[in-house]
Amino acid sequence: MSIQVKFFASMREQVGKPEALVDAKDAGLTALKVWQQATGQEKLDSNVLIAVNMEYVNKDQLVSDGDEVAFFPPVTGG
Amino acid sequence: MHIEVTDKTIDAWTVIKEYENSHPELAGAHGANVVFLGRMRDFNESESVSEMELEHYPGMTEKFLDGIAKKAMQQWDILDVLVVHRVGRIKLADTIVLVTVWAAHRAHAYEANQFIMEALKSKAPFWKKETLTDGKTRWVEKNTPGKVQG
Repeated sequence: MSIQVKFFASMREQVGKPEALVDAKDAGLTALKVWQQATGQEKLDSNVLIAVNMEYVNKDQLVSDGDEVAFFPPVTGG
Repeated sequence: MHIEVTDKTIDAWTVIKEYENSHPELAGAHGANVVFLGRMRDFNESESVSEMELEHYPGMTEKFLDGIAKKAMQQWDILDVLVVHRVGRIKLADTIVLVTVWAAHRAHAYEANQFIMEALKSKAPFWKKETLTDGKTRWVEKNTPGKVQG
């Protein structure tokens, strides 16, 4: 019963790890709460992008057991 | 339609030729083939850059690129789309991205190509880390605008 959390690029360096696991037993778990539990950091900067199961969402998105939640900085490809 | 993320050098014109050879239905059907190539510069934010490392989110990147290519196929009157994006260690003048669109006429090919490129630049999960000529490294924080300003 867990949520897989991933961090990319400068976000991975800031958090200090590429991945984390968060317990999914809480009802009403949002992406923001996943961030707080996975990092121990209260604040999530507004420019951080969030994806749940590889689709963009906002910080209030509800997540559930088995979801993959990723946090990353503005993208710079191309 | 084909989407690819690769850690190997992109020889753009060979990639396009091979794609056309394997898609003979394009021959004769298209009157326009718009090609965009993104290449690595030796400067950014007023500093000299010697090389870069391109990171991505495996799985989401392909999913996102596939989604925007399909959207372009629906939104414009085009025949086919090919997108190839490089990851890993990149040297000066290397091709970073190839976006090419085939259509009967140029107007739709131009617009669809720009749509794909701008969506890729603003939303596809890739990140560049530059190495400057003095050996320092830094994450690129933002992309330049895709439209002429002012």
